[in-house]
Amino acid sequence: MSTTHDHPHDSAPVAARVRHVEALLEARGHLDPGEIDRRIDEFAAGGSPAHGAAIVARAWVDPNFRERLLADGNAAIAELGYSMGSALQDQKLTVMANGGDEHHVVVCTLCSCYPIALLGPSPGWYKSEAYRSRVVRDPRGVLREFGLELPGSTRITVWDASAESRYMVLPRRPAGTEEMGERELAGLVTRKGLIGTALV
Amino acid sequence: MADRFAAGDRVRTRTVDPPGHTRLPRYARGVRGEVVSTAGHHPLADERARGLTSSPRAVYHVRFAASDLFGEGDHTVVVELWEDYLEPEGGR
Repeated sequence: MSTTHDHPHDSAPVAARVRHVEALLEARGHLDPGEIDRRIDEFAAGGSPAHGAAIVARAWVDPNFRERLLADGNAAIAELGYSMGSALQDQKLTVMANGGDEHHVVVCTLCSCYPIALLGPSPGWYKSEAYRSRVVRDPRGVLREFGLELPGSTRITVWDASAESRYMVLPRRPAGTEEMGERELAGLVTRKGLIGTALV
Repeated sequence: MADRFAAGDRVRTRTVDPPGHTRLPRYARGVRGEVVSTAGHHPLADERARGLTSSPRAVYHVRFAASDLFGEGDHTVVVELWEDYLEPEGGR
């Protein structure tokens, strides 16, 4: 159910087999040359971490929107013109707020499910076996390797995207940003912040 | 059909290791957890993977203590699970 199509290790036997099947499909006229790459590009072009960042910035400046976002992610992002429909189906979006002594982090232990519509294609480390197998077991240790040292009092929740939902983290608004406008705030938000492997 | 579980219910995941595709991760089998919320209704992935028609049934966010999953750790893990994977805690 991976919704990405990266080839980080082209020497892998699976990648070779995929290329072979693709070549056969092209040779037999089922696919135009380069059609798969083109379709993937079209699919990925719909998503970007800038969407997630814009949603976060709105939630930071508008407490009512924040409440709606946490209650029903799909309905709230539709207010801003976004949807989870760039994948094969309109996926349920659950947004979890960091703050107080709560920290959330997202993983897909079974494959690499990811909210592509809001975050774009997932980073390589998100799909790595090391991240997928270790973050459920030792999130504190894994986050430390990302440079994120959380106080011992912080309660960590790991969200495993094992079925149909997709998850996004709402980072805590950094201190000292009270004067910033929505656009400037959105510029602070990183992809890692939206996954939960960074504070913002 | 009515949902089998609701938020707050204590459940236990099945221990079955099916021969084909499943979305019950191995680390979360035979473990006690608590239903956080219902996450919609979807055909069972296990059946769809085998090309079978599958009617939508409830999917839940279920929260587990790391210590129950791994024998250590102070965090929690929320896994999204079809009701087919769950039994009432203490049930058979």
